[in-house]
Amino acid sequence: MFYREAGDFSTTYSEDNQTFPIKFDRYRYYLVLLVGAVVVPFLINDYWANSLLIPFLIYAIAAIGLNILTGYCGQVSLGTGGFMAVGAYTSYKLMTAFPGLDMISITLLSGVMTAMVGVAFGLPSLRIKGFYLAVATLAAQFFLVWMFNKVPWFFNYSASGQISAPERDFFYFINLPVTGPNAEAWAKYLFCFLFVFVLSWVARNLTRGSVGRQWMAIRDMDIAAEIIGVNPLKAKLTAFAVSSFYVGISGALLFTVYLGAVEVGEVYGITKSFLVLFMIIIGGLGSIFGSFAGAAFMVLLPVALKLLLVDTMGLDTALSTHFQFVIVGALIMFFLIVEPHGLARLWALAKEKLRLWPFPH
Amino acid sequence: MKKLTMLALTSAMVAGTPAMADLVFPSLSYRTGPYAAGGIPFADGYADYMTLLNQRDGGIGGVETRVVECETAYNTERGVECYESTRGEGALVYQPLSTGITYQLIPRTTADGIPLHTMGYGRTSAANGNVFSHTFNYPANYWDAASVIVNQLLEENDGSLEGQTIALLYHNSAYGREPIRTLQTLAEQEGFTLTEIAVDHPGQEQGNQWLQIRRERPDYVVMWGWGVMNQVAIQEAVNTRYPMENFIGNWWSGADHDVESAGADAAGYRSLNMNRLGDMPVFADIQEHVIDAGLAAGDGSNLGNVLYTRGMYAAFLAAEAAALAQEMSGESEITPAHMRDAMEALVIDAATMEAAGMPGIGPEFAVSCEDHGGTGMAIMQQWDGENWVTLTEFIAPDDSVTQPLVEEDSAQYAEENGIEPQCTTG
Repeated sequence: MFYREAGDFSTTYSEDNQTFPIKFDRYRYYLVLLVGAVVVPFLINDYWANSLLIPFLIYAIAAIGLNILTGYCGQVSLGTGGFMAVGAYTSYKLMTAFPGLDMISITLLSGVMTAMVGVAFGLPSLRIKGFYLAVATLAAQFFLVWMFNKVPWFFNYSASGQISAPERDFFYFINLPVTGPNAEAWAKYLFCFLFVFVLSWVARNLTRGSVGRQWMAIRDMDIAAEIIGVNPLKAKLTAFAVSSFYVGISGALLFTVYLGAVEVGEVYGITKSFLVLFMIIIGGLGSIFGSFAGAAFMVLLPVALKLLLVDTMGLDTALSTHFQFVIVGALIMFFLIVEPHGLARLWALAKEKLRLWPFPH
Repeated sequence: MKKLTMLALTSAMVAGTPAMADLVFPSLSYRTGPYAAGGIPFADGYADYMTLLNQRDGGIGGVETRVVECETAYNTERGVECYESTRGEGALVYQPLSTGITYQLIPRTTADGIPLHTMGYGRTSAANGNVFSHTFNYPANYWDAASVIVNQLLEENDGSLEGQTIALLYHNSAYGREPIRTLQTLAEQEGFTLTEIAVDHPGQEQGNQWLQIRRERPDYVVMWGWGVMNQVAIQEAVNTRYPMENFIGNWWSGADHDVESAGADAAGYRSLNMNRLGDMPVFADIQEHVIDAGLAAGDGSNLGNVLYTRGMYAAFLAAEAAALAQEMSGESEITPAHMRDAMEALVIDAATMEAAGMPGIGPEFAVSCEDHGGTGMAIMQQWDGENWVTLTEFIAPDDSVTQPLVEEDSAQYAEENGIEPQCTTG
């Protein structure tokens, strides 16, 4: 019914190996891209952009980043918030030091900076594993936040320690502000959409290439991986570098495009590390789609519930906030009991059923 | 490469809000989370006063007021969501009651042309109306508070703090860090030593901080705390047997719930307040028209306590500005632009406060284009174990200290964001 696969053959290896080997999936993916890139910018308003879509896209990047490290390479990290802060502060320093720089360069440079910091903090992973590594990255989290609070150079000696993003353009010949209060909602959205598209495309291709297979070998059994010729130093550090690059970009976008002003302890605290970790656990470890599903679940659901409870049902704001905790918590438990491997696995199972439907045997 | 069609479409969607028949005052409240104890009475006071105006006077100038509440939980990301979701309803003025959210809303509200009133919190240098056209922080700000506390201590110490040590126990956020610069300047000027002791969000763990205080025994501890941090600090001060008279909070660290848990042990603890306490005729009106009528925003138990009174005071200032805006524009259904102009021309004198049933609740002040900060005066109050007792009259800050700092900080902001002075100096 949904999947009509009659006549959908692969005649070459590359066709067989593509990300969406089923024609229906492929067209659906093109449709999502088309709607996201061409239709949504025309329909979007400030509320949809700033409350739903932009945070969703930004957290999706962070989730993909952490998924590369934790889901693909098996290195648990609780330093996501700290690495996001590195991205944000790099952006801030670049924006204020070089007023002529465009946002694409700033964001990419912030990612590169975070990748370097990530590699430095990834070094202990060569000796320690599992929970012990989680604690080591936790140290990174607390150290980085402490440093950004303590060293006034990072916040340009401002009285309150806050950093705020001035107005900067999309790209050096596209004079379209994407940060600051005068940026249009659709411009900010398209900017984030562009990053999400390119980064998830890169992530998908990295993870199924030789680098990704090395990561997965390390994840599945590091000793066996070493015996078959995977260099653990290279595999682990590239995973830390790529993961931090993504996380840094996400942190930079969260500050520059979404929030505009940031207080490091609040925005990039330990709760942010947990939030992103929960996203990939709920979405599905080792899955790009899972990163999107997890980000959507954690970002969109609370807002959707708020719209339902407060604006539609007219409930008291405090009561509805408590209800949100209960409902989101219950849903997390429900999904993890139904499918411990996350929403991505749930979707994969549903897809199998849909492909066979209506003749399951 | 501006895509004009896109611009037109998006702006058409934004502008397509329905015409409003009431005066909308969004309340970005927080009734959940570690700061709820302070957020609830403030939000109740704000909403109840607006309800009172509707019930007793039929609104402001014949137009009903409407408070739109949105829960932020003192979280900046949710603050953004709240701002975007309430803005379309024709919001006249925003009062986020959070310094972090204020920092985000300053550029946004300025771009959207909606005034932002951060009463005694937020960005201090916003007092410079020349740079911050849509941000108001009358009647007082943090740097005033720091200066007021030091002035009071000077008076108690016969004019000299030479050789004394003052510890600043602060919430490690934009809010807590605001007074540091002023206190540093004052320390240099008056010759006291300043120790900065940070407490991280949410402030439940202060063992280390109080160990340091116990070890160093500063002559005074000044606190910039909020939420659960206040209760913990006061309890810790009791536990370390720190002399409570030398422990002074700012105006966000001196509410009833902050000291009630320590009770009589906390007797002697002092704090600033920017609004006077005590029995005011307006409370009887609220009791009659709002609480007894079953229209109270909360359960009605907060009536008359410190933060309830302050929330009510905030609503009173907003309502006065709205009434002035109606008068100035000649229209009863005012826009945010009218509201901004009125806030800039606002004059609060004894007669206005008397007429609203809250005589002497705050200092008399007048706002101007250059000065969005008011007088900065505050009173000192003391907890006697059961009640807050007003100790002093309104104390003036030392403008010669705060004004240069305001100028410096706002100049930096203006430069970073390319802002031209808005006031035509005559």
